[in-house]
Amino acid sequence: MNWLRVYAIVYLVFLYLPVLLLPIFSFNDATVIAFPLQGFTTQWFKELAGIDALHGALKNSLFIGIVSATLSTILGICAARASTRYRFPFKAPIMGAIMLPLVLPEIIVAVSLLVVLMQLGFSLTSWTVIMGHTLICTPFAIAILSSSFQGLDQSLEEAAVDLGETRWGAFSKIILPLVTPGIVASFLIAFTISMDEFIIAFFLTGADPTLPVYIWSQLRFPKRLPSVMALGTLLIVASLVLLSIAEYFRRRGIRRTGAKDSGGFL
Amino acid sequence: MSSIISLSGIQKYYGDYHALRGIDLEIKQGEFFSLLGPSGCGKTTLLRVIAGFEDVSEGVLLLDGADMARVPANKRPTNMVFQSYAIFPHLTVGQNVAFGLRKKGLSKDDMAKAAAEALEMVGLAGYGDRAAHALSGGQRQRVALARALVLKPKVLLLDEPLSALDKKMREQMQGELRRLQRQVGITFILVTHDQEEALIMSDRIAVMFEGEIAQMASPQELYRRPATRRVGEFIGVMNFLEAKQTAASEKTISFDVEGLGAAEIRIDQFPEGARASADVVGLRPEALSILFEGQKSTGRVADATVQDLAYYGDMTYYEVTLEGSSTPVTISMKNLISRPVLERGTKTRVQWDERSLVIFAA
Repeated sequence: MNWLRVYAIVYLVFLYLPVLLLPIFSFNDATVIAFPLQGFTTQWFKELAGIDALHGALKNSLFIGIVSATLSTILGICAARASTRYRFPFKAPIMGAIMLPLVLPEIIVAVSLLVVLMQLGFSLTSWTVIMGHTLICTPFAIAILSSSFQGLDQSLEEAAVDLGETRWGAFSKIILPLVTPGIVASFLIAFTISMDEFIIAFFLTGADPTLPVYIWSQLRFPKRLPSVMALGTLLIVASLVLLSIAEYFRRRGIRRTGAKDSGGFL
Repeated sequence: MSSIISLSGIQKYYGDYHALRGIDLEIKQGEFFSLLGPSGCGKTTLLRVIAGFEDVSEGVLLLDGADMARVPANKRPTNMVFQSYAIFPHLTVGQNVAFGLRKKGLSKDDMAKAAAEALEMVGLAGYGDRAAHALSGGQRQRVALARALVLKPKVLLLDEPLSALDKKMREQMQGELRRLQRQVGITFILVTHDQEEALIMSDRIAVMFEGEIAQMASPQELYRRPATRRVGEFIGVMNFLEAKQTAASEKTISFDVEGLGAAEIRIDQFPEGARASADVVGLRPEALSILFEGQKSTGRVADATVQDLAYYGDMTYYEVTLEGSSTPVTISMKNLISRPVLERGTKTRVQWDERSLVIFAA
C-alpha cells in the first residue's frame, strides 16, 4: 500500500464521514447525538411536517432560489455569448471581474453588501438576499454556459441568417435549442447554490429566514437537533438529485452539438 | 449574357487593416467563377461581402442589377455553403434542407417534396429522416449544398467547401460540383486556395493577392499567360530565367536567356506592361523536355545536368541545371515504357520552344 492511496482514503473519510453521520442520526431513536445508536425511528421526519416556521423558511428559500437561479442564468447567457462570440476592448478584465465572486470570501461579499444596502436605505427582505445570491451564482452560470456556447460553430448562426432568418430568429431557432441543456444545468446548479447558501442569507435576510438560516437558529435547542438532522438528510438528497440532473443535461448538450467534453462540475 | 454580379471600387477596412483594395468585378449569369489566392488575400472577405455578412467601406455591389447596399444577408438572393458546412446538429437532414423554405410560404407537402428533390439531386435520396450530427464529412457537404440550392438562389457562394475532405473525396466532389452547376445553371462563386481545384472547376478565375485582384482570366489563359511573376508562381510550377533584352521591334523582343541562349518573343500576345519591364522570362515544366538517347530534336536544344528528380508514377519531375547557368529548372516528363528514368548526375540534352516563353509585367 503506497502513501498516496492511504492519503486518498483518509481524505475521503474526512470529507464524507460527517455527511454520512447526518442520515444515520436522523433515523436514531434518541435526542442525544451520540453513539451507540438507540434504535430506528422515522419520528424526526414526521416532526418536520408539524413546524410552521420551517415551512415558511422552505417556501422563502424556494422563492429566493428560483428567482436567483433565473436571474443569474439570464445574466450568464448574455455574458457567455458576449465572451465567446464577440471581441471587445477590456474583455479579459471585464470577464475576470464578473467571475471574481467565485473566489471572493462570502463573508466579505455579505458584509459589503449589507453596508451598501444600509447606506442606500434599503430594508432587508427576500429581494436583498436574491441580489446577493444572484451575484454569487452568476459566475457559476457563466462557467457552465460558456462551455455550451464555446462548442457551437460560429457559422451556424450565419447559416441561419443566410437561409432567410433574422438575427433574432437565428438565435432563437438555432442557438437557443443547442444551448438549452446548458441553460437547464446552469439553472439547477444556481438554484442548488442559492438553496444551500448561509452567510449572505444570514446577513441580508429580513424577517423571513431562509432554510439554512432557520436550521442554524434551531441548533441552539438541543431537543430540535434530531429533526435538524432529518432536514439535513432531505437537503443532501435533494442537492444530489438536482446536481445529477444538471450534469445529465450538460453532457447531453455536448453530445448533441458533437463537441468534446471539456470538463464540468461533476 | 448579362452580369449577375457587378462589383465596382469595393474597399473594405477593418480598423487600420485594408482588407479589400478596390475590387472591380463582373460575373456573368451561369458562370462558375473562382476567387483564388493564399490565405489572408481577402477572397473570403469578398465572398462575405457578396453574401452580406460584411458591409463594404466603399464601393457598389449590384446583384442582378439591384444595389445591395441596404439589403441584409437574409434578404439577398444568395446562399452560402460554409467551410464548416454549418449543418444544424439538432435537426434532421430533411429539416436542415427545408430550413430556408419555411419563409417561402409553401405548404408542408410542397416543402417536403422540394427538400426530397434537393437531397436526390446531391445523391442523398432517402436521408431525410436521419440525424444531421451523425453524417460523414462528405454527406454534410452534400446536405449543405442541398440546403442552399433548394432555395434556388441567383448566386451560390462556396467558401472553401472541399478543404475539409480527404483527397479522394475532394476529387470526386470537384466533378460532382461541376456537373451540378451545369445542371442547375446557377452562378457559382467558389473561394479556394487550391490552384488545381480552381483550374479544374472554373470558367473564370480571379487571382487575389493582398486585397487586390492580380489577374482575372480563364484557366487556360491564366496558366498560359500569367500577368505577373507572382501569379505564374502561384498557378502551377514555373521556371524563371534571367533574360537580357538584345533588340526590340514593334512586334518582337529579342532576349539572351540564361542557359538557353538567344530567343525572340512575339509581344502582341502579352499585356502592355510586360514589354518594357521584362528582365526575366518564364517557362513551364512541360515546355522543356529531355532528349533521350537516340531521340531527334524538333526544336532548340541546350545541354543540362540532372540534379534531382521526383518520381510520381505517371510522371517524373527532373530538376536540372542548364549549361552556363546555376538556376535550377524543373522539367516534367511523362513516363513511357520506352523511356528510362534518368539518375542524378546524368548529363543530358533538353529541348525547348521559344513560343512557350512567357514575359511578365513587373
